[in-house]
Order: sequence, then structure tokens, then C-alpha cells
Amino acid sequence: MPGRPPRLNLVNLFLWLLGGGILVLAGVGAFLTLSQGRLSGDQWESLIVAGIALGSVYALIALGYTLVYGILFMINFAHGEVFMWGAFTAYFAATALDDAGMMDANPILALFLTLLTAMLVSMVIAIILERVAYRPLRGAPRLVPLITAIGASLFLQYTARGFYGSGVRAYPSYGGLFEGTIDIGPLTMPIEDAVVVVAALALMLALYFFINNTRTGRAMRAVSEDKDVAAMMGINVDRIIVTTFAIGGLLAGAAGILYTLLFNQVHFFMGFLPGIKAFTAAVLGGIGNIIGAALGGLTLGILEQLGPNLFLTGYNIPAPNQLKDVLAFTVLVLVLIFRPSGFLGRKENV
Amino acid sequence: MPPLLRRAVITGFLGGAAGIHVSLVGMVEDFQGRDTIADIVSVGTMLPILIAIVVGWSAGSRMRAPLIDPTPRESLLFGTLAGAVTGALMALFALFINTVDVAWILSNAKPSLADLLWLDQGPVVGSLLLIIGGALFGAVGAVLHVLPGLISRSLAIGGAVTIVVALMEPFLGAVLRNVGLRFLEGFLYASGGLTLPGFILVFALVAGGVYLWRTRGHGTKERVEAMPADRRRIGKIVLYLAFIGLLLLLPQIVGSRLSEVVGTIGLYVLLGLGLNIVVGFAGLLDLGYVAFYAVGAYTTAVLTSPASPLISPELPFWGALPFVIVAAAMIGLMVGTPVLRLRGDYLAIVTLGFGEIARLIFLSEWAKPIVGGAQGILSIPPPLPFTNHPQVIYYPILFFCILAAIAASRLAASRVGRAWNAMREDESVAEATGVNTTKYKLLAFGLGAAFGCLSGAFFAAKIGTIFPNSFEILVSINALALIILGGMGNIYGVVVGAFVLVGLPELLREFAEYRLLIYGVVLVVMMLLRPEGLLPSRSRRAELHEDQGDDEAMYEHEAGVDTGRPVVTG
Amino acid sequence: MQKYMRWSAILVVLMLVLAACQGGGGSSAGESAGESEPAASQPEASEGGGGGTGSAADCEADEFGCIELAEGDPLVIGTALVISGANEALGTDSQWGVEVAAQFRPEIAGHEVEFNHQDDGCSAEGGTAAARALVSEENIAAVIGTSCSGAGVPAAEITSAEGILMVSPSNTAPSLTAPETHEPFYARTAHNDNIQGAAMAQFACEVLGVGSAATIDDGSPYADQLANVFARQFEEQCDGTVTAEEAVTVGQTDFSGVLENIAADSPELLYFPIFVAEGALITQQAKDTAGLEDTILAGADGYFTPDWLEATGDAAEGHYLSGPDLAFSGNFYEDEFLPAYREISGQDEPISVFHAHAFDAYNMIADAIEAVAFTDGGTTYIPRTALRDAFFSTSGYEGVTGTLTCDENGDCADAKISVSQVQDVDGELQFVRVWPEG
Repeated sequence: MPGRPPRLNLVNLFLWLLGGGILVLAGVGAFLTLSQGRLSGDQWESLIVAGIALGSVYALIALGYTLVYGILFMINFAHGEVFMWGAFTAYFAATALDDAGMMDANPILALFLTLLTAMLVSMVIAIILERVAYRPLRGAPRLVPLITAIGASLFLQYTARGFYGSGVRAYPSYGGLFEGTIDIGPLTMPIEDAVVVVAALALMLALYFFINNTRTGRAMRAVSEDKDVAAMMGINVDRIIVTTFAIGGLLAGAAGILYTLLFNQVHFFMGFLPGIKAFTAAVLGGIGNIIGAALGGLTLGILEQLGPNLFLTGYNIPAPNQLKDVLAFTVLVLVLIFRPSGFLGRKENV
Repeated sequence: MPPLLRRAVITGFLGGAAGIHVSLVGMVEDFQGRDTIADIVSVGTMLPILIAIVVGWSAGSRMRAPLIDPTPRESLLFGTLAGAVTGALMALFALFINTVDVAWILSNAKPSLADLLWLDQGPVVGSLLLIIGGALFGAVGAVLHVLPGLISRSLAIGGAVTIVVALMEPFLGAVLRNVGLRFLEGFLYASGGLTLPGFILVFALVAGGVYLWRTRGHGTKERVEAMPADRRRIGKIVLYLAFIGLLLLLPQIVGSRLSEVVGTIGLYVLLGLGLNIVVGFAGLLDLGYVAFYAVGAYTTAVLTSPASPLISPELPFWGALPFVIVAAAMIGLMVGTPVLRLRGDYLAIVTLGFGEIARLIFLSEWAKPIVGGAQGILSIPPPLPFTNHPQVIYYPILFFCILAAIAASRLAASRVGRAWNAMREDESVAEATGVNTTKYKLLAFGLGAAFGCLSGAFFAAKIGTIFPNSFEILVSINALALIILGGMGNIYGVVVGAFVLVGLPELLREFAEYRLLIYGVVLVVMMLLRPEGLLPSRSRRAELHEDQGDDEAMYEHEAGVDTGRPVVTG
Repeated sequence: MQKYMRWSAILVVLMLVLAACQGGGGSSAGESAGESEPAASQPEASEGGGGGTGSAADCEADEFGCIELAEGDPLVIGTALVISGANEALGTDSQWGVEVAAQFRPEIAGHEVEFNHQDDGCSAEGGTAAARALVSEENIAAVIGTSCSGAGVPAAEITSAEGILMVSPSNTAPSLTAPETHEPFYARTAHNDNIQGAAMAQFACEVLGVGSAATIDDGSPYADQLANVFARQFEEQCDGTVTAEEAVTVGQTDFSGVLENIAADSPELLYFPIFVAEGALITQQAKDTAGLEDTILAGADGYFTPDWLEATGDAAEGHYLSGPDLAFSGNFYEDEFLPAYREISGQDEPISVFHAHAFDAYNMIADAIEAVAFTDGGTTYIPRTALRDAFFSTSGYEGVTGTLTCDENGDCADAKISVSQVQDVDGELQFVRVWPEG
């Protein structure tokens, strides 16, 4: 194609100015903040640590979005609710174990058992979701499954409300297993956070290995490239899609329990915000890309904790932390202006 | 197992699951207080009954794979069986919650629920009753296949409409009172539902009406068609005039409460028309449409309210409107430009982000000196002097809805509309054929923003008070769902969608905590049954049913024939 | 047995209809099964009437006319409380409070009380819809609502325009009863934020003796206002320093950013008058934040609930909470109110804090109605403006929430605010009232 038409350059100019302007504002803000010297080095460090822990959870949820998107090219809006159901299951499993005295007697086994039940239940819900709400609509215009996804999301949310009530429930603790801090490299982390990060990392590595080195993983990649060709090659496309949802569900269940480890409470509305954030993370990293999802999650997590204090405090903006999501979405817009397919997204998806 | 038997058992199990779900969520128990048929069936009891009927109906229906047409006897048999399975599952469930204490997990799984399901007859008789009842209502559902098609269709429609009429008691009752038919209200309604004679009457009227229309209606149609052209035109004009008269008198007929609901529907029609331009015409998936709504509302509030923190000239509503449009153009460009190069889902998440950014900024301490932060803006003056009574504010909203609808339909048919169409189908091709996509995208966002801001302006003036929490993401989702449910790209679809998704939930406000649950189910079921929406535009429908034979679709398209036959995919 | 009869009646009816026969047999079965008791519970007409001495002329003189109840008609009280969504505990709790009150006092002026429950949605549009729904019903005697101040503003306007008395058990925004914005038929039994915020500020400097404080709100009008009032009063009354006024968003779970920012100045007191979910998390996370270990934590009645205590766990110990002073309500609250509440709600403990305010609102409305209602030829008349005036002239009413006296702007709450602390009592964390003494 002969070069871009000239009128687009005006738009480009505007976008570059916009992006540049925001970057300059951010830079000046950071400089002003640091020269105020309000927060100490330790405080910055603990903000980063908290950001990494939160970001790991976002990344795990984001994987579910990314996997499904990579294969079906649809936003599974109900994924955040799958995560919430995982957290609720973990809560009931943990409460039952707590009543049996297991949480204090054998916390590691208890953690393993809760993790297992949460992941299984989330997986089952993800599979049912695919079967009922998405499979009949394969081939429909992409907005249609989006609406069923929103509908399914509301259904799952308010079913949980009806089943479990609307109160906030406190998650029992694993008998002091996660108290204290640990030094990892230059960072001092609460053990809780460290466990979350390590677990998330391990799961992501396992997934990466699975996708790249197993038969099913290769089949998944083939389906994501071209469903029809994959089907001709003898791949059972339906089965692969179900597998994808199952894996996404497993990861969401794991994310659910890690999230409650960090925040100790479950609530029927808890899936909504992390769901949106994880989706943002997936897009930020380049939707359809596993490493991108991890990268996007971490960026978002750290940005949320660090951003307002770093960029806004310097301007003496009142209650800067109220604007953390504004910052997060601004960064998203900024990244997409310069890289329309996210950090690591494939060009074809643009 | 023979396929029909297998299906009957599976359907029965699914029905049982649905019945257990509505029980556990709490609907069966909570809806005991309101009746469908006064003193006989409560809304809560009706739910499992409906489930059994649907189960019986689907277990007795024609089977697609393998293709089996059950005989009437088979239909009846398997329908009954499936209903019995559903009933048996519910009985087992009741037994379970009565013996095992799971209420610490499932807060509604209490023995009182079991007693309710057993109709207070104890485990043995209660379980038997459940199974027999399930079987009977399953048979009722299956009978629809046995009766001649026309009769069963009339009965089904009659039943459905009658239930809706019963649920609408608070509103239809008010309407009857308003138009001076108090005696009719007394005859039809009692204790939140229809009286038994009322139920029978409504059912008979509707079912009979449907039957008659289907058998005799054809003749009427033919007679109309046989009329000379000028008389048909007169007839058409009379119909139009009647329709306009109805629209004008609507607030007086329905009373102030329903006028409030109609006003809200009107605001969403405006929102839907605007979003329809962005999503339906131009194909740009916008999940943050609420940003425009919020900007419109806040611009109006800041400019007109004497209570707004920013000292300003305090314009009257109509004086502020031009500024609202200017603000709309600006915000449209602001949202539109950064997303020019994004497609599909990237666009969706960025626009969603814009929606959140708008709400958070209006909420923030930072912008508080201008827009009031969490305390919102109070005392916004109404658009017409002295009153924002819903029966009055209805008229300007109606006026702008009609204006917007005309504008939208003109746009769709114009050169601009065709450019959008091309862009939606394939952006690269459109660009290659000389469509300036930048211009048309920005135009779509600008126009969409104008409609959204207009709706926001009326929202502010209608409520008189705005707070940031009125502009949550649910507004965007509502607007998107209503245009898709109504049938994308179709202006009448927007109206129907707004009525179903905004009007009905408003009317069912007393089902408070279950409203969004039902909303979710409706979205899923509607999309599964009719992915093209209730009133699809013709090209959309053709797109969606390509597999059913292009020739037919082409023929329908060319001849402009709307057969009105329900199209079911699956 | 009755249920069984109904069941069979349904079957009979459906069978008959399906067979396209006449439904007469089914109808009579249904009616005889359904109606048996109502007549017995009808109040005696002679009992009714209330204490008013009026005549038909009063109704004509009244700008908004009279509520007219024929013999045996129920008296309808509307509620517009938040019973769905994120804040439903607040409204459901108040609704139960109203129902408890009706259990103690099922009849007003000789008429059985019936409710029309609407949902205020905790938003301006929800309040509008609920108020419209209620005023469009004929003969709504009064409205108890709304839960949220945001819903209260438009709702008060609508009910006042129709001359219907509306009493809120939990609106606390000052603007609702400020002289320039007060709607004439609006009153409330909840305390004005100005009172509670000031009380906490007074407690902070006079009892705790702190000199610096920070606040966090969650962007709800309630928390924003309360935090603001506290901060201003803390500066004025106590000459204290407010080091930071931060805000979080509802649904947020990690508060490191906010807490680190606040910890930079190590304030002596951190006041966050928000709700349960975020309140519990901030309490826990503040304990783990360097620089806030010794900071005294305090909140308000938004999360003064057992829910919060359970969700917070051990981190709650030492926390101060302000709320209505229920200490002087004597034994009635413990011995009679709570058992009835438990029975109606099925909950072990109240799920929020305004049930008692709702209870008082109901009884004050009932008193006002009985003061102005009069009977003429079996029909009870309640003049609307007189009802409003009677309510607004309530003085020294001994309610559960204290001694209530209404001023001309509709503020009726007893101005007493108490502060409780979470303490370890015999190995269990409990709220213990610490201020004011006595």
C-alpha cells in the first residue's frame, strides 16, 4: 500500500502530543514527589511488594481471559465470577477444615485441600459456562456471546448472593503459617505475599510448559491459528475449547484462593473489579499472549500501588489514591496509542 | 437406552436442577407473599410449576439429533416422565436439606424450605405430592404437542400473557383506576395477583383471541389488501394519528408512577439510539458509553444549578443545552481520537476505561470544587418551568426521542450511513475504496456522544439531583444489551429493547434482589433463542442465517417480505 | 391441609381450562380454600378514630386533603429503603426494624397496618422511582425512608410535593435538614453527620488527647461528609492537625497506596467512617503498615456491626466506633426488641445499625397519626398537613434511640452520640461503650 494518507498524520501528531504530554506530566509529577521526600525508601519498597503480589493475582485471572480470547476471540466477561466462585468454595472448604481443627494441626495439607476444591469447582463452572452460554453461539457475530457473557456474569453473581447471602465473610487463617516476612533478593516481603507470588509464578510456568510441550497444548495453538484447518488435521475442536475453559477455570480458582490469602474476605461482588482489572491486564500485555498477561498483571498491580503516590502527590492533588484507576486506564490508553496490540500482542489481532 | 427416554431423563434432571436453583436462591420462599392467582398460587409456587411444564414440553417435543418425531402417546409419556423426574429430584433435595444441616453454606437451605416444598405434608406425602405434581404438570406441558398446533400455541401464549398480566398487578391496576375502570380492577385483581375469575377471563380472552386471529385474521388481512389504494392510505393515516394520539395521552392514561418509568425508558431510548450509531452503524464496540451520559448530566447540572459549587451564570435548562452539545462534541473527539487505530476488543476495554475515568473524576476530591465530588449537585432546575413532574417532563423527552429517531434513520439511509456500513463490514476494504475512516469514526463518536449527552442532560433535569454513583458501568451495559436484544441497527429495536430491559425491571422493582439475576437469565436465554434480537434489521438477519440458505434470505430481502415467523437457531 | 386444598384446586382448574370447559367448579373450590380467617382479625370499628377531633371541614381546609380510610381498610405505610445491591444490609435492617415496630403495634388509629416496600437503590434515580411508586398509591399515610441520603434528596422533594410525610431512619447528610434546602414534609430520626463527626472530634481530643489525625472516605456521600466534618471540627475544636484526607474506592481490596501515604506523617488517629468490607480490610492492613502501628483507629456507624467484627478478626481490638447512644433505652432494647428482631429476620444479631431508628420512626408516625385522626360515620380521616405538623411538634419522645425532639427542619434525633471500643471480654472481642460516661 502506498504510504498512509496525509490526513492521518494530523491524527498521529495529536496522539504523539497527547502521549508525550502525559509522559512529561508524569515525569514532572514524579520529580516533584521525590523532591518532597514524603515517603521513605522502605515505604516505596513495601508499595512495590504489595504491587507485585496484587499483580500476580491479576496475572492469574488474566490468563483465563487470554487463553479463551486466543482461541475463540471472545471476551469471557463472566471469568471474574468464576474466580469469585473459587474464592467462595475455598472459604467453605477452609471453614470446614477449620472446624475440624485441620487448619491449625496441618496447615499445609489444609491449604492443599482448599486449593484443590476451589480449582475443581471453578473448573466445573467454567465448563458449564462454555457448554450453556457460549457453545450454541459459536459462529454468531461477536457481540452476541459478549452479551451472553454479561448475562452469565450477572447470573453467577446473584446466584452466589442468593445461595450464600450478601454479607462479607471472614476467611479463617492457616494457623500462623503465613506470618512474618522473608527476604527475596533486595525486597523484604511478607510471607503471605511471597507465597502468592511463588504460587502464581509456578502456575504460569506450568501453563507455559503445557501449551508449548504437550500434545493438547499444541492442539490448542493449532485451533487458535485456524479452527477449520485444525479440524481437518483431526483435532477435536470442541474438546480443545472445553479444555481451554477448564484450564482458565482452574487458574481462576487458584487465583481465588490466593486473593483470599491476601485479603481474608469473600463477598459475592468480589469478582467484578478484579475481573475488569485482569481483563485490562490481558489487553495491556497483548491479549492472547501468556507472558504478556503476566507482564500486564504486574504492571497494573505495581502501577495501582505506586502510581498515585509517585505521579500525583507532587502536584498536591487531594486524595490522590482515589484516582488510581484513572491512572491505570490512562496508562492503558497510552500503551495502546504507541503499541495498538499491547506489549506482546500479535499484529494480526490489531 | 432409547434416545427419547434418555432425553426425558436428562431434561428432567435439568429441570430438577433449575427447581433446586430457584429454591436455593430464595425465590420460592420470598415470593410466597405475592400471588399469581389470588389465594391459590403464589408467585413462589408458580416457579417450580412453570419449570415442570417447560420440562414436560421439551421432553415431548420433536428431537433433532437423531431426528425423531414422537407420537402423541410418546410425547405424553415422556413429558410426564420428565416432569416426574424433576419432581423426584426436588423431593430428594427437600429430604436432603431437612436431614443435613447445610445452612451454614447455603443460607436458604433450611427445613422451612423443605416444608414449603412438601406443602407442609411431611416427608412421605410431600415427596409423593412433588413427584405426582411434577408428572402432572409435565403432562400439561407435553399435551401442547398432542393438541393441534394452533390450539396449543393459543394456550401457550394465553398462559404466558396471563401470568405477565398477573405479575403486573400494581401497574395495570393503577392504569385501570386511572381510566376510571375501578370496578374492573376489583374484579380482576386481589392480593397482588389475578383473582380466579380474572385469571380465567384473561386467559380465555387471550387464548381465544390468538386462536381467532390465526384462523380468521387472514381474511381481515386480505380484505385490507383488497381495499382500494386511497382507502388504505386513509386507514394508514388514521392508524398513525391514533398512534400519535396515544403517545400524547400516554402520561394521562398510565398515571404518574408509570410515567416515571416511561420517562426512564425514554432516556434509555436516547442512549440506545446514540450507542446504536457507534456500535450498530459504525461497528465500534463502545463499553464506556456512560461517559457521555455523565458528561451531559454534569454539564447541565454545573451550568443550571444554583447549588453547583462553581459560580456560574446559572442558565435555564434550554440555555444550557447548546453548551451540552458542545461538550458532547468535545468529549466525543476526546474519546474517539485515541481509539482510532484500535479494533474490536481493544477498543472495548479502552472505552470501558474511559467510562470509569469519567465517573472517578466526577467523584474525586480533585474535581470537587467544580462538580461537587461525592456530595453531587443538588437543585437542578427542571426543563419546563416549575415542575419536573414525570407526566410533564415526558413531553420534551418524547420530542427528543422522536427527533433522534428521525435523525438516526436519515443518517442510516444517507451516504454517511453507507460509509459506516462499509467500515463495519471490513475496515481495510472500506479504506481502500476511498472511505475516510478517520472522519467517519470520529463522526460516529461525535454523534453518539451528542445523543448520550442529551440523554444525560434530561436525566439531570428529571431527577434534579446527581451523584457520581448514578453513572456506573451498569448503564453502559444496559444500553449495549438493549440495542443488541432489540435487534442491532434497527431503531424500533431500540425502543423494544429499552422497554424489555429498562421498563420491565423498573416495573418489577419489588423483586429487588432478584432483579439482576432475572436480568442475567433473560440476556442469556434471549441471545440463545434469538441472537439477531427481537426486531432485527433485515441485513443482520440475513447475515445470521446465511447457513439456512442464501436464496431464501435474498428473496425475503428483495421482496421486502417479513414473514414474521420466529427463527430459532441452535 | 389448606395447602393441599390449594394444590388440588390448581390441578382442577388447569384440567378444566385445558378441557375447554367452564371454570366454575374450580373457582368455588379455590375461594373456599383460600378465605377463612381475614374477617376474624378485623378491628372493631368503635376502637378506631384516634385522638383527633376534627370534621370534614378540616379536610377541605387542609392543602393536601385527608387520608380517608373506610371501616376495615388497612392503613398503608410505605417504605423506601435500599434492599438490593451493595448496601442492602443497611436497608434490610431498617425494614426489619419497621416490621418489629409493627409487630408491637399492629394497628394505628384502629386500622391494621399494611406495608408497601420499595427499593431506594441507594441512588438518586432509585429514590425517585421508589418515591413516585409510593405517592402514586392512594392513601399512603406516610413513608419511612430513604436509606441513603443520595436517594433521600429527590424522594423528599417528590413526597413533599404531594404532602406525604416522609421520615428517614438513616439519612445523615446535613443538606437534607439545612434550612435552605429542607423539604417541608421531610424529617429524620437519624443523627445529622454534623453531630456525629463533631462528637468523634471531641472524643479524639478531649478523651484520647490526640493532636494529629488523618481521614479516609470511600466516595459515598455519607463517608465523605462525615470525614470532612470530623476533619474541620478536629482542627477547630481541638486545634489539631489533619495530616491527610484520603479517599478509596468501593470494592478496592489493597490499600497499601493510601496507607503508606498516610503513614508518611504517622498521625495519632486514623478515622475512616466507611462500610464493612473496606472497613475490615483497612483495619487489618493498617496494623501491618510501618508507621501506623501505634495509630489509634476509629470509625463510625457505617460498620458498627458484628459483621465487621467477624471480618476483621483480632486486628479489631482497640478500635473506636461512634454511633447512636442506646445505653439509656433501658431493658426494652435487649429484652423485647432484639428477640422480636431475631424472630423476624432469622439473624442472630442486627446486620446494620439503623433498625432502632426505623423502629422509633414508625412509632412517632403512629403517634402523630393518632393525634390528628378523627372518625366520621365509620370513616377515619387523617389530614395530611396536620399530620406533618403533629409529627414536627414531637417533643421529648422516649424512643429506643434516646429522647427525640423534632426541630422545624425535621431533625428529630437525640443528639447523643456514644463511642464504643472493641475490647477483649473473656477471650471474645466485643463492643464496649466507653464514652460519654454514665
